Amino acid sequence: MRYAETGFNLEIDLSRGNIERVASDPMETELYLGGLGTNAKIMWDRVPPEVEAFSPDNLLIFAAGLLCGTPAPGCNRTIVTTISPQTKLLAFSMMGGFWAPELKYAGYDKIILSGKSPDLVYLWINNDTVELRDASHLQGKGAIETEKLIQQELNEPKAQVLSIGLAGENKVYFASIEQGRSSASRGGIGAVMGDKGVKAIAVRGTGDINIAQAEEFLGMCNEVLEYIKVRDAKPIPGVMPILAGLGSPQEMKTHDEKWHTESFMWGNSRHRRKGFWTEEVEKEWTETLENARKRLISCYNCPMKCGATISIEGLPTYMMKCFSKLTYTMAAMSNLDFGLKIAQRATEYGVDAFSTPQVMAFALELYENDILSDEDMKGMPESNDEKFFWLLDRIVRREGIGDALANGTYWAAKEIGKGAEDYAHNNIKKHEQMPLKLSMLNPIYFLMYCTGEKINITQIEGQFPQMPFPTREEREEFVKDWHQVPDEKFKQYFLDWELRGENSFPYYPTVQMCCDIVDWQEKMHYIDDALGMCAGLSSFPLKPPYHIHNFPKLISWGAGIEMDEAKLSKAAKRYRTLVRAINISRGMRRKDDKPPANHWKKRFPELEKELLDTYYKFKGWNRESIPTKESLQDLGLDYVSDDFQNRGIYSDSNDTLPDETSENNGKNKVEEVKNEG
Amino acid sequence: MKGKKRKIKTINIDVDKCVGCMACEVICSAFHSSPKYSSNNPARSRIRVIRDPIADIYVPVYAGEYAVAECAGRDKYIIDGKEYDECAFCRASCPSRDLFKEPDSGLPLKCDMCESDPAQEIPLCVKWCLNEALIYEEREEEIEEEVKQEDLEIGLEALANKYGLNNIKDVIERLSESKKG
Ligand code: SF4
Ligand code: SF4
Ligand code: SF4
Repeated sequence: MRYAETGFNLEIDLSRGNIERVASDPMETELYLGGLGTNAKIMWDRVPPEVEAFSPDNLLIFAAGLLCGTPAPGCNRTIVTTISPQTKLLAFSMMGGFWAPELKYAGYDKIILSGKSPDLVYLWINNDTVELRDASHLQGKGAIETEKLIQQELNEPKAQVLSIGLAGENKVYFASIEQGRSSASRGGIGAVMGDKGVKAIAVRGTGDINIAQAEEFLGMCNEVLEYIKVRDAKPIPGVMPILAGLGSPQEMKTHDEKWHTESFMWGNSRHRRKGFWTEEVEKEWTETLENARKRLISCYNCPMKCGATISIEGLPTYMMKCFSKLTYTMAAMSNLDFGLKIAQRATEYGVDAFSTPQVMAFALELYENDILSDEDMKGMPESNDEKFFWLLDRIVRREGIGDALANGTYWAAKEIGKGAEDYAHNNIKKHEQMPLKLSMLNPIYFLMYCTGEKINITQIEGQFPQMPFPTREEREEFVKDWHQVPDEKFKQYFLDWELRGENSFPYYPTVQMCCDIVDWQEKMHYIDDALGMCAGLSSFPLKPPYHIHNFPKLISWGAGIEMDEAKLSKAAKRYRTLVRAINISRGMRRKDDKPPANHWKKRFPELEKELLDTYYKFKGWNRESIPTKESLQDLGLDYVSDDFQNRGIYSDSNDTLPDETSENNGKNKVEEVKNEG
Repeated sequence: MKGKKRKIKTINIDVDKCVGCMACEVICSAFHSSPKYSSNNPARSRIRVIRDPIADIYVPVYAGEYAVAECAGRDKYIIDGKEYDECAFCRASCPSRDLFKEPDSGLPLKCDMCESDPAQEIPLCVKWCLNEALIYEEREEEIEEEVKQEDLEIGLEALANKYGLNNIKDVIERLSESKKG
């Protein structure tokens, strides 16, 4: 018997309309766990580097994490994996909500889509009955609208539906996949779904998921719930309120937005607005949110409530979470009322709430600087807020200038030319980043920005405080109940870390300490992405309920795979390395591992070089960031090193991507703040 | 049997506090699997959350008695501007819906307040509802005790309704014959 996982994947060839239920190899689960881990293995095996995002040979994989469907609280992630049209690298965005457990109950761990459907279809999985159904009547419909329509036509209110909106259908490079309160947004995976001609996937499952060691497993689930209660009652003092507790950043709960509005950048990640958060603004925004927010809501089997139902008079209801609350508002230099309204339309269109606002602000900057002409912007309304609605409509329809913009700032700038590249200044690996511009180099964040392959800072940071605490007493207090550390040395790193003086940025934490810290932070995210665990209860917050010491037991008891910390760390390293290997085979190299040039004002080239050199070595990569033969063999990834050998990747490791990859230097006309995102 | 004291166990539901997480369904189905917690499947849970997020409807409902036939007329309720189907509040395992039936056999399910030996401190769905939408209450009351219909009987009655009493009798006879051999 298979435990925690079902042992079956659905293989769907969209070109031929062929559907197969295929048993998976339990050995692969041992080595790569599940979720992202086994997705990466499939991508390596079946999608060679020549295959582009919009090729029928690209796969689009929807995986429920290894422990999804078990009673482990907060374990509900769907990990979507494909090749990104924007970065041309591996995209592995994930989403919460309710879809992944339902897939498990229907009897599958993954859905693997290949080929392209000639006509728009949706997939309906009802336990053993799986069919592709005509979706022509859903063409152009909003993502949430689609979900409702499908539930109605199937007469299955309990079916969980993920879908794309118009943006995905039109292959917008930052199109998302939406599912109720959640979305998988980064890397343009919605565009790949649209390219494959799949509007939605509806799932209903009423089967069992087995647990290997039932009493023990349940005991740990109870411990986790108990800990959540304790931790909830004890927010971490001295850090931003949204970082003090558990869960994703509690944006739907919080009214106090001083930190975001005064520390993050507005417009096209340009302007810092110190003193913005006045009493008046607070009053207005509080009222806006109170009126619009109907209820705080959670994901499957999780006591936190990171999302909210938003209902604005005259507009259809939608659901929201995290920082999407402010991204549109800040890009448009507007207010929260505008932000909530445009997010409604954006959610139905199905677009990423990080990239989209930036792309629009970028377009307006180009216009203000005469790079885009009146002709390009013909028909644009006068009012500032209306301009953004107008741009959003153009982009998702790929009309006029919207066609170029729909490819994101990097590709749009190349197409527009005339110096537009300088305005696409906030990218890493062609992907729009959090709007932050800071002063002093933060060596920990430097490594994370450079090497994080999800290319999104929130998907690698966590566990370790972002900033030192001012006094030794506070630090001593903090480390007292910090049992999540993989090693006692991390406590010492933190205890000795000061705001000023010798033990402060950029030379403290030392290079070696930074390697340890970043490796720990990243490892926890990779484990979450294989298990399907929400980062909000694990890798993201300080002192989370799940950590490196209890995960091995959870896996042993849940999935029946013998596990300890060393074995788990090695498995995570294995598929993490495989992710890098896939990207290396696609041309990614050291030159691509860098933050936006203007992210920090005070830079230290020698230190940065040392940081990267040391970290690469620590990870088992060579100077060019290519995993070495020895490290690959140690992980049992000989097939990767053989392939690298055959392709000559080791010998000419200075080659570049076919297209020009140097990120522009941006204009440094930004001010700086202290905390990272 | 008059005048006997009995502990009345109730679970109060505050629909405003429900966040729609379905943790109650998870733990109920895990608890009732056999051996305990060895599998999980919300479709087997004796509490189900009627959920329509866009309409902001969240109603946790406990499985009650088995109903032979569905109700004749069904009404709509409008509460706080939200439109609820009457069935949303109904606890019956009834032919009109797949709620509160074992997914494979179709046998009706009923909340048993997590009866077990040793007894649970509080019902598990309540324990797992950290948002306090489910609150457990115990009180003593003088009641006239009824004979409690056992699970087996409820199950058999359902089967009889589905397949006809005579068919069931035949099957039981055949089964006992084959066991003898
Ligand atoms: S912590 Fe928040 S985002 Fe994570 S599973 Fe729970 S409700 Fe969802
Ligand atoms: S556990 Fe509580 S909050 Fe969650 S769905 Fe059940 S009743 Fe609602
Ligand atoms: S009280 Fe026990 S049996 Fe009844 S619904 Fe809750 S968990 Fe299930």
